[in-house]
Amino acid sequence: MTRLPRIAAGLALGAAMTMGAFAPVFAADDTIKVGVLHSLSGTMAISETTLKDTMLFLIDEQNKKGGLLGKKLEPVVVDPASDWPLFAEKARELIAVDKVAAVFGCWTSSSRKSVLPVFKELNSILFYPVQYEGEESEKNVIYTGAAPNQQAIPAVDYLMSPEGGSVKRWVLEATDYVYPRTTNKILEQYLKDKGVAPEDIKINYTPFGFSDWQTEVAAIKDFGSAGKKTAVVSTINGDANVPFYKELANQGIKAEDIPVVAFSVGEEELHGMDTTNLVGHLAAWNYFESVDTPQNKAFIDGWHKFIKDDTRTTNDPMEAAYLGFNLWVEAVTKAGTTDTDAVLKAIVGLSYPNLTGGTATVLPNHHLTKPVLIGEVQADGQFDVVWKTPDVVPGQAWSPVLPEDKGIIGDWTDPINGCGHFDTATKTCTTAPSP
Amino acid sequence: MFDELAHRLPNPPHKRDGVPRWTGNNRVKHTAQHLLPGGGDWERGRRTLGGFVLLMAFLTACLLIAVPPAMAQTADLPALVNALGQGGFPEREKAIDALVATSDVHVPAILQALSDGNLYTRKSDALVVLATKAGDAYALKDPVSGSALGTATSDDIEKIKVNNGLRGKIRTEIGEMTLLSTDRATRLSAAQSVLKTADPATLDLLKKALAAETDPQIKNVMELAEAVIILKTNASIDEKRAAIATVISHGDRDAQTVLLAALQTAPDELKPVIEDGLASISRSLQLWDIAQNLIYGTSLASVLLLAAIGLAITFGVMGVINMAHGEMVMLGAYVTFVVQNLIATYVPGLAEYAMAFSIPAAFLFTALVGVCIERGVIRWLYGRPLETLLATWGISLILQQAVRTIFGANNRLVAPPNWMTGAFELGGLTITWNRLWIVVFAVLVFTALQLVLNRTPLGLQMRAVTQNRRMASAMGIRTPFVDAMTFGLGSGVAGLAGVALTQIDNVSPGMGQNYIIDSFMVVVFGGVGNLWGTLIGAVSLGMANKFLEPYAGAVLAKIIILVLIILFIQRRPRGLFALKGRAIEQ
Repeated sequence: MTRLPRIAAGLALGAAMTMGAFAPVFAADDTIKVGVLHSLSGTMAISETTLKDTMLFLIDEQNKKGGLLGKKLEPVVVDPASDWPLFAEKARELIAVDKVAAVFGCWTSSSRKSVLPVFKELNSILFYPVQYEGEESEKNVIYTGAAPNQQAIPAVDYLMSPEGGSVKRWVLEATDYVYPRTTNKILEQYLKDKGVAPEDIKINYTPFGFSDWQTEVAAIKDFGSAGKKTAVVSTINGDANVPFYKELANQGIKAEDIPVVAFSVGEEELHGMDTTNLVGHLAAWNYFESVDTPQNKAFIDGWHKFIKDDTRTTNDPMEAAYLGFNLWVEAVTKAGTTDTDAVLKAIVGLSYPNLTGGTATVLPNHHLTKPVLIGEVQADGQFDVVWKTPDVVPGQAWSPVLPEDKGIIGDWTDPINGCGHFDTATKTCTTAPSP
Repeated sequence: MFDELAHRLPNPPHKRDGVPRWTGNNRVKHTAQHLLPGGGDWERGRRTLGGFVLLMAFLTACLLIAVPPAMAQTADLPALVNALGQGGFPEREKAIDALVATSDVHVPAILQALSDGNLYTRKSDALVVLATKAGDAYALKDPVSGSALGTATSDDIEKIKVNNGLRGKIRTEIGEMTLLSTDRATRLSAAQSVLKTADPATLDLLKKALAAETDPQIKNVMELAEAVIILKTNASIDEKRAAIATVISHGDRDAQTVLLAALQTAPDELKPVIEDGLASISRSLQLWDIAQNLIYGTSLASVLLLAAIGLAITFGVMGVINMAHGEMVMLGAYVTFVVQNLIATYVPGLAEYAMAFSIPAAFLFTALVGVCIERGVIRWLYGRPLETLLATWGISLILQQAVRTIFGANNRLVAPPNWMTGAFELGGLTITWNRLWIVVFAVLVFTALQLVLNRTPLGLQMRAVTQNRRMASAMGIRTPFVDAMTFGLGSGVAGLAGVALTQIDNVSPGMGQNYIIDSFMVVVFGGVGNLWGTLIGAVSLGMANKFLEPYAGAVLAKIIILVLIILFIQRRPRGLFALKGRAIEQ
């Protein structure tokens, strides 16, 4: 080949390559990518698949309103398959490869703990929509679900009250991982502080996906027949709940005798079960589908239209996802950019109306203000609200019940110089003791 | 004078033949006349003022007793029922108390409807109605009379909420109100709820009911309730001693609860009696606990047996390590789901028998899948155990993902038939029906397999191939055919296990993974080639697990079992019942 054609070929190739390199950048300018990190298979699929659908619904609604900063939102969905280390890999893929502006995801605390280092390293934002055990306040995470003082503690207070049955004996039935272990630590301390004797508290752990509940349920029955009113506080997660409730019904444990209050069972988990024998068992959340407000009605109608299935239920994590997404949109609009530090600076103090008639405000510790509702299971799989707090409760990241957390707060008002574990007594930023 | 006054009464006498006559309520007053001193006919009573005053007093007393309840039945009851729909839980509790105080015959049914969540308030006029779902709308009925009140949509009516406390209270009140009912089932549940609450105020009612009771079971419950109440009251020492004896004779967990409570308040001379009773009850409860653990162990053993027996056959005959065995179980479960849905859609009348249809369907389908796997993949890998392991692992992943794609990743609901729900009491044991039927099913499957292996030509050929493949081939047995049939049989039995497991576990694409490890543990422990080995292995592992669980917890129990099996295999690598002369060392 002569020189000139070779040069021409080289130039053409170079041009093509640069064009190729630029092309994705041009495409990226047109949309803002949003990461969706929920298990679509495995033991947590029963709970998390609906959150993926909710995110698609919310993004679709926002695009109908004109998108964000003049651009359309594009969801990027990955499946970490209930495998906690895979959550970290998928999170890295979303942030580093797909270049998402924010990630909405995780359910179990194990998955959240697994992805935390990734978010810290790559400086992105995770909106975490599920109730959890507290003892955490991270710069890169906005916790839109309940902290223990917005779910677990009020539920125990309700059961101790005359209206809840004046419960004197407690069974803490849990799945064996970080969320139930930490929550039970807080609850055990809280119960002891309230004067419950140690022999009146029984704690039991079972693995994920546990299905042979005969012995455990018989032990609950046994513990409950000592003459004092007994209740079960259940932090069982995932599809182990289905055989648990089935065994309760089969062994004839009625809610009037031994009520079970669950923190991880909502409308979605009850959807696939026959609930006629579970009427009266309780759940503590910040939202129920049965709450009658115009915002909730509009949300449910929009959801049914989007998912094209009138039988799909809504639940608390969906409301948390709704709040998280809309607060993010507000923050981005206020900051004028999707840059993480700007959004984190803008988001603290923002408010958005929740679906039960109140307002959710983002606190400096990256938690929200939420109302607490206690609901009883009905025969149709819905919950009837039997008690609620008069006003919203601010989320406490570090539970004041635990002695080591006295005076500790999280404060991320300034995302660069903020602190998640600030000791108000010594006015210094300390690190949390490892569990 | 009395004549004029009489005519001012609500129901004045009407004159007939010049003689005033009374009917109905008036008859009471007229009869009362004859009871007056110097009484007789009212003309004489008219003469004495004293008699007249006494008469008026007596009449007023009769009016107060006879008339008001009758008026309350007709006028107050609907008002009290409507009061149920007002206010919050404390107000509802007061309304329930007011209803109970009327002792009206309609009240138990109304309270039951309230407890079941069938009472609604009509928003337009705050009337409390009984609503039953009729299609998209609700059919309304009057809760007192039962007369139809038209229809309404869910927007017109609002459910009257009850919580656990109210439901418990309603159960107590209904129990007390229906203790003397003519219906046996109602009386039994009333007696049980009186026993549960053991309110001293119900003692008189209970004694009256006990005197009239003839049914032995109900009499038993009532006697226990009476004993419990006596222990709570200030009865005499002897009465309490007799009551304690009654309670001890019942000897169950409830009796223990009662005695523990009584120990706090009992007089000192009765305390040793109670403590002796408690000791004897706790001894008998311990024995019952052991029996209960045996029951649990048996049901776990039956599950392990069902899951592992197919593996024992394929591993025994062919020496193939089938990692897709768990998926065969999962496929059997999904076939059950599909069959149940098909029957529900096309032949709803047969819904109760869906399980009966699922059993052959699951067996045939999974057997077919097993034969396909054998012919398609395993046939080419004989004598290469590692490759077989990998290949079957790959097949298991393919099957899981295929099911996930077709049915979705979420769990599927397989509704239990009515005869498999609930539990029954046997002495101090509670036995759930679903687990009992699974034990029966496992025994039937095991027997059927033994018959197939020992009485059929195919079984004979299978056993021959297991003992010595080469020799069997030389004798004219078509070993490839036997292999395919064995694999099919093993997979089919796994499918049957899947049918049974839909009743106690979640039906999800990954459900097989929960059983593959357990199946291998049973087969390795029990030894291959002999079904009895699998049975013994399953029973021992099931029992060991269930006896460890109350002490070590579920997680640790499994770990301990695994460690014990590893130690056992070190001593006896072939398992409990090893077949002699097997050519597994190839």
